[in-house]
Amino acid sequence: MPVRTVAGRRVWRRRTPRANALAFTAWVAGGALVVWSAQLISRQTIWMFVQDAPEQAFNLFARMLPPRWAYAEQLLRPLWDTLNIATIGTLVAVVLAVPVALLAARTTTPHASVRALALLVIVASRSIHSLVWALVLVFLVGPGVFAGVVAIALRSVGFIAKLLNEAIEETDATQIEAIRATGAGPGETLAYGIVPQVLPAFAGITVFRWDINIREATFLGLVGAGGIGLQLNASINSLKWADASVILVAIFLMVLVSEWVSARVRGSIT
Amino acid sequence: MIGAPVAGRRWAPRPLIANPTLRWAVRLAILAYLAAAVMTIDVNWPRVAQGVERSGRLLGDFLQPDFTSRWRDISIGILESLTMTVVATAAGVLLAIPVSVGAARNLAPLPVYLVSRAYIALSRTFPEVIVAIVFVVMMGFGPFAGLLTLTFASIGFIAKLLAEDVEDIDEGQLEAMRATGASWWQVIAYAVVPQVMPRFVGLSVYRLDINFRESTILGIVGAGGIGATLTTAMSRYDFDSAGAILIIVIAIVLALEYLSGAVRKAVQ
Repeated sequence: MPVRTVAGRRVWRRRTPRANALAFTAWVAGGALVVWSAQLISRQTIWMFVQDAPEQAFNLFARMLPPRWAYAEQLLRPLWDTLNIATIGTLVAVVLAVPVALLAARTTTPHASVRALALLVIVASRSIHSLVWALVLVFLVGPGVFAGVVAIALRSVGFIAKLLNEAIEETDATQIEAIRATGAGPGETLAYGIVPQVLPAFAGITVFRWDINIREATFLGLVGAGGIGLQLNASINSLKWADASVILVAIFLMVLVSEWVSARVRGSIT
Repeated sequence: MIGAPVAGRRWAPRPLIANPTLRWAVRLAILAYLAAAVMTIDVNWPRVAQGVERSGRLLGDFLQPDFTSRWRDISIGILESLTMTVVATAAGVLLAIPVSVGAARNLAPLPVYLVSRAYIALSRTFPEVIVAIVFVVMMGFGPFAGLLTLTFASIGFIAKLLAEDVEDIDEGQLEAMRATGASWWQVIAYAVVPQVMPRFVGLSVYRLDINFRESTILGIVGAGGIGATLTTAMSRYDFDSAGAILIIVIAIVLALEYLSGAVRKAVQ
C-alpha cells in the first residue's frame, strides 16, 4: 500500500508516485490525441454549412412533418423484402457457418492449416461492413434483393462461425469421450456428443444475428441491394421528406419488433 | 444384443415441440414462409453467372492490392476515419455518463428516466448510416456529420449497457454511503462509480472498436472517412486500390479488436 510521510505523519495515497505519473502521462497523451484529431476534423469541415445547421434542422423537420401516412401502403412490399433479406440471408449464413466453425474449432479441426484458413474466412467476413459487402455484390450480381441476401449471408458467416466456434471449443470433453467409448464414428460423435451441447448456443447466436440483420437490411438499399433502404434513398434524393419520415417510422417499428422477438426467443432458450 | 433393434421401439431424440399437431403446423408455416420468400426474390441468373466470372477477376485484383497509386486519397480517408473514431468515442463516453445515470431506475427520478430511455431507444434503433444521412443534410458533407453520427450512436450504446450495470449494483454499498450522511453526488462518487468502473472502461474500448468499423462506411453517404474513397475506387473499377483499402481496414479492425479485448480482460 503506497504510504507517504507528509510533515511527520504517514498519509495513505491511492497510487504510488510512479503509478501517479504514469496515469497523468496517459491522460495528457489521450487528451492531446483527441484535441489533435478534433482539429483535423475541424480543418476538413466547412463551418459555413454547420453555422446554419439549426435552421437546416428546423427546415428538415418542417418538411418531414406531418408524415404522409398514405405512403405507408406502398411500403409493405419493401418491408417484406427487408424481412426476406435478413431471414434468408441468415439461413444461408447458418448453412455456411456450421462447417466453417467445425473446421475452425481447436477440438474438431482436421489440421492446423485448415484451422488457419477457416479463421481467415471468419476474419475477412466479420471485418468488412455489410454495406461494403453490398457494394461489392451489387457490382457482381446486379442491384436487387438477391445482392442483399448474399451480402447479409457473407457478412453473417464470420459472426455466426466465430461464436459457434467458441461454443464448440467450450464443450465438455468427457461427454464426447463417452460417446466415442461406445464405438461411435466421427459423424456419430458429432451428432450425439457435440451437437446437443452447442445447440442452445447455436440457436441463440442465430436469432441474435437475425435481429442484427433486420437492422442492417434496412440500409442495404442505399447502395441498391434491395429492401426499404431503396425507398429511403429515392425519397431523400427527390426531397420527399414527408415520405422519408414514414419510412423512418417503419424502420423504427420493424427493428423494435425484431429486437422483441429476438429477446423473447433467447430468453426462452436459456 | 447389438444390431437387432426391437421392432417398434427405437430411441429417438425428444422433439422440441411436444404437441404433434402444433409441431406440424409450425413446420408447415415455416415451409410456407420460405416458399413465399424465395418466390419473391427475383434472381437474374444470366447476370449472376456473369457475376461469378467477374468475381474471379475481382478476387484476383483484391489479392494484388495497389497501395501506391492512390495512396494520398487512401491515407487521408483512413486518417479521417481514425480521427472521427477517436473524437466520437471520447465525446460519446463523456456524454454517456449523465445519460446512463438518468436511465438507471434506482438513481434517477421518473421523468429523467423516461427521457433518457427514449433517447437510448431512438439512437439504438436507427442504423448509423441512416442517422448520418440526416446529419449530412443538416451539417453539410464532411467528417463533422460523421463525427456527430458516431457520437449520437455511442451515447445510446454505452448509456444503455452502463445503465443496466448501474441498476444491478449492490444496494448495500449505496445504503452504507447514505448512512454516513453522504450527499447524492458523494453517493455516486463513492458507491456507484467504483462498482461500474470496470464495465465502463470495457464498454468504452468496445465502442471504439465499433466506431471505427462504422466510420469506414459513413463516407458512402457523404459523412467523411474512408468510405468515400472506397466507393470512388469501386465505381471506377479500381479494384486493386479497393483491395488495398479493405486490407488496411481489416488490419485496423483486428488491431482495435485485439486492443479492446486486452483492455477488457485487464479491467475485469
